Amino acid sequence: MTSYSEYSEYTEYTVGEPIQDEQAPSGPVNERWDTRRFEAKLVNPANRRKHTIIVVGTGLAGGAAGATLAEQGYHVVQFCYQDSPRRAHSIAAQGGINAAKNYRNDGDSIHRLFYDTVKGGDFRARESNVHRLAQISVEIIDQCVAQGVPFAREYGGLLDTRSFGGVQVSRTFYARGQTGQQLLLGAYQALSRQIAAGNVEMHARTEMLDLIVVDGRARGIVARDLVTGRISTYFADAVVLASGGYGNVFYLSTNAMNSNATAVWRAHRRGAYFANPCFTQIHPTCIPRSGDHQSKLTLMSESLRNDGRIWVPKAKGDTRPPAEIPEDERDYYLERIYPSFGNLVPRDIASRAAKNVCDEGRGVGPGGQGVYLDFADAIARMGRKAVEEKYGNLFDMYERITAENPYEVPMRIYPAIHYTMGGLWVDYDLQTTVPGLFAIGEANFSDHGANRLGASALMQGLADGYFVLPSTINDYLARNPHKDEVDASHPAAVEAVRETEDRLARLLTVDGDRTPDSFHREIGELVWEFCGMARTDEGLRKALDRIPQIREEFWRRLKVPGTGEEFNQSLEKANRVVDYLELAELMCLDALHRAESCGGHFREESQTPDGEAARGDEEFSYAAAWEFTDTGAAPVLHKEQLTFTYVHPTQRSYA
Amino acid sequence: MALNFWQSTLGKKIVMGATGLIMIGYLCAHLLGNMKIFFGPGEFNAYGHWLRVMGAPVLHHEWGLWIARIVLLAAVVLHAVSAYQLSRRDIKARPQKYVHTKPRMSYATRTMRWGGVILGLFIVWHVLDLTTGTTHSGGFQEGHPYQNVVDTFSTWYGNVIYIVAMLAMGMHVRHGFWSAAQTLGAGNHTRDRALKAIANALAIVLTAGFISIPVGVMTGVVS
Amino acid sequence: MKLTLRVWRQKNPDAPGAMATYELDGVSQDMSFLEMLDVLNEELIVKGDEPVAFDHDCREGICGACSLVINGDAHGPERTTTCQLHMRSFQDGDTIDIEPWRASAFPVIKDLVVDRSAFDRVIQAGGYITAPTGAAPEAHATPVPKADADFAFEHAECIGCGACVAACPNGAAMLFTSAKVNHLNVLPQGSPERETRVLDMVAQMDAEGFGGCTLTGECATACPKGIPLFSITAMNKEWLRATRKVKR
Repeated sequence: MTSYSEYSEYTEYTVGEPIQDEQAPSGPVNERWDTRRFEAKLVNPANRRKHTIIVVGTGLAGGAAGATLAEQGYHVVQFCYQDSPRRAHSIAAQGGINAAKNYRNDGDSIHRLFYDTVKGGDFRARESNVHRLAQISVEIIDQCVAQGVPFAREYGGLLDTRSFGGVQVSRTFYARGQTGQQLLLGAYQALSRQIAAGNVEMHARTEMLDLIVVDGRARGIVARDLVTGRISTYFADAVVLASGGYGNVFYLSTNAMNSNATAVWRAHRRGAYFANPCFTQIHPTCIPRSGDHQSKLTLMSESLRNDGRIWVPKAKGDTRPPAEIPEDERDYYLERIYPSFGNLVPRDIASRAAKNVCDEGRGVGPGGQGVYLDFADAIARMGRKAVEEKYGNLFDMYERITAENPYEVPMRIYPAIHYTMGGLWVDYDLQTTVPGLFAIGEANFSDHGANRLGASALMQGLADGYFVLPSTINDYLARNPHKDEVDASHPAAVEAVRETEDRLARLLTVDGDRTPDSFHREIGELVWEFCGMARTDEGLRKALDRIPQIREEFWRRLKVPGTGEEFNQSLEKANRVVDYLELAELMCLDALHRAESCGGHFREESQTPDGEAARGDEEFSYAAAWEFTDTGAAPVLHKEQLTFTYVHPTQRSYA
Repeated sequence: MALNFWQSTLGKKIVMGATGLIMIGYLCAHLLGNMKIFFGPGEFNAYGHWLRVMGAPVLHHEWGLWIARIVLLAAVVLHAVSAYQLSRRDIKARPQKYVHTKPRMSYATRTMRWGGVILGLFIVWHVLDLTTGTTHSGGFQEGHPYQNVVDTFSTWYGNVIYIVAMLAMGMHVRHGFWSAAQTLGAGNHTRDRALKAIANALAIVLTAGFISIPVGVMTGVVS
Repeated sequence: MKLTLRVWRQKNPDAPGAMATYELDGVSQDMSFLEMLDVLNEELIVKGDEPVAFDHDCREGICGACSLVINGDAHGPERTTTCQLHMRSFQDGDTIDIEPWRASAFPVIKDLVVDRSAFDRVIQAGGYITAPTGAAPEAHATPVPKADADFAFEHAECIGCGACVAACPNGAAMLFTSAKVNHLNVLPQGSPERETRVLDMVAQMDAEGFGGCTLTGECATACPKGIPLFSITAMNKEWLRATRKVKR
């Protein structure tokens, strides 16, 4: 028993049995994927039609998986809450996708991508998973080109690449600022082809609300038709969650408004361990909020930092317009603190530095929550035309949102939550701790450790969906032939439906005086404050004390108009907030227990003398997989010890 | 194949575009011939006669004329039938109007349907008036087109019907020519200015040219 | 800012709908249009009224979910998506009419939410390149001339929001369909299915009950991604070519 707080029982978590990834083969890291594929049992092609696989989500991971599994002959039943599978939030990714093609002959290789990813993840990811990702990256590009993804090309007709996110090789393939959109449409089109062929049964505007576990195996889901409100059960031989990350716990994030954590959280409640929930990524170049009405934040490509200079006034509370602040009264703080990397330091460092100067009272714009990203020097050096060519669409987007012209007035930026590295714990086969339940893409925790590199999210989503899962799920299906059919009358299904219906009915009957959004905003602000860019023992305890109170108030004062038997967006929202109110607690506990700084998780107590993140490898070189016990009750921690054979942990240094 | 073609909205549009171009071609020839009216009855009536012996001696008397008439009739019917069917479909595809409406298409675009109906009615009247003479105002004389034309434009309603119809024709041609080019796949960024210029030129020349005849009669240039 | 909002309210697909009027105060110029509606909905919920249902998701102009006709314009007065429209485009005291996409192929589900699944079925009819996972050749095996790649990209930008259909007086889906046809047909990877793609997609578009094109240009004017009207011309050309080459 580790006791932390005298107020919250939740902090008194127990440490259970260690957990291990038993599916990754031993042997040289570069042979493990081949070995695993060879050792995995196969399902006879003629028998695949008899197997049903549920896929929840249609983003890069889900869309790719649904299409590929259907191509292999499985019967796929797929779900998305959006009105069309084409709208999954992968579509909003801007920058690009990494692949170790080495088309530039600039020294890139699979091993270098592997190395960069493990190091970038601050040594909290599994070597075997990351190496596989680097290997597969090459095939992804081939696949996407064959599908007609219009990647940027050079005049010779070959693919263009650029350097991204501070790496020294140009391995990022892109389609202007809409790489995510183009890759997603590729997957969507492949999925559409399978829908037309009758191999995928697509349920749009249908949200998974619970997992059905029968005899310890995932056998189906409970889902609500968002148009009619009808609650139905769907059954399968395996369930794949590709439902994305949980960044919307923070209320304000770059996630889509309806992205949510319900699928993963309900799976967690049914026995799937949740790993490293406190590993969340903050992106430094987002457009700051303009007021209390702000509903979400918009990210601008990190590439802006290649030519923009970041500064704040030297004096506190300097409210002069930027043009009136003379050069010697400006603090180009990144260039000052990190002279060698300057404005190009990694995301987490840039973000924290911005927070620090704003905390000092030197922030700019409404509420002092912003720093300048100034292109005046770039325009003077390259000419306005060149800047326009390079960043025109981003400048336009900025101007549309803020009504300020960034060619004349420096942009204002501020960090925002953008990606969650944590997620459901999975083994090398991407299977969770519930047999038959798989998690892919951002929904799992596997490849990015404590920090994700730029242009790696698209790579991982597609690797999982196109290549990894379709290989590994065969093994599970071949080894676990389900003889017994499960239907809606099975006690486990009846129970899951009843619980779901009760929860929705309860949300509708509170009839208080506060909207679902007001609670979402409250929990989001709390988590941002105490479990955001910088975390402290004291702050996290405060948050952990406060969360149960908010939860109590939620069930006392919530107001949801309408009924459950109709299209009811307030009800959808309220039901998602129920899960945020629990997930936020686990995030804070995870952040509290990990008394080290690593990647996106910065504990103020754990710093080097010059203020950089200090990892605690001796104590914390593990992935924290949490087992659910009950709402508000202390969870059980299972540690997966990480070993580094190929990339040896070093302290990052960018000074 | 032909059935599939005709059943597609694109196929019908292509039929409309192609028949429209045929009719524009005819209008150009028709206008050139009509201009002879400014050179006196002799020349104009001789032209009227030539239309009947066109293609001789290969073609029998009036065969050339009838071939032209059949082609034109087919074009008009196909154009009208596809327009009718497409319009019905279009109206069905947007059953509910917006509460907040605002006109925004160009006038020529908006008036294609009604303009087309007006032109259809005009063609019937025009044939009855000057080809068969059924509704002609003053004693229709077979073989004396010059006098027939002068008679028609000596009545106020003859002038009104004709001039209104020619204005409608101009607008129809203006959007129709450009539209046909798009439907037949001939438009693109670089060619667009030229296509629009041709459409405008065709509309102006055809309208002004045809209207010059009643104006000529009214002003006494043609009498 | 103080605004008068006139909003289409319709309980379900079968119920009759009508415009309802709401007064909204305290609107900031910096709000996006959807944030303004959020404020309205928060007020409605607290009052115990049903909030206005509308589709939205990414709120950064790329997912294509948002779909409002604002004062008669699909996505409102600016050339962008509704989510990227800001209240500074309006004046204090304005009356704003908000209606759903109108087309028989896009039936209303509730209030401002419509069913756009017809678009998915048009894509399913052929808006893809058959490239089973794992069967792909090396990416550099087939160079694509930059002009073709740019042309493909220009059309691939379509977000499938349906503004083109909403703006078209005929409820036609030509711009949507042509964007995908052109994206895939210009690429060497798309050429094996070039003819069947355009024939099948156009046939599906017709079967969904979309109207025909009268080249009014409303679609291209409303398109938040600037898909050009000539996209339709190019598809017409592809279709004509395909009817000549494929005997069905």
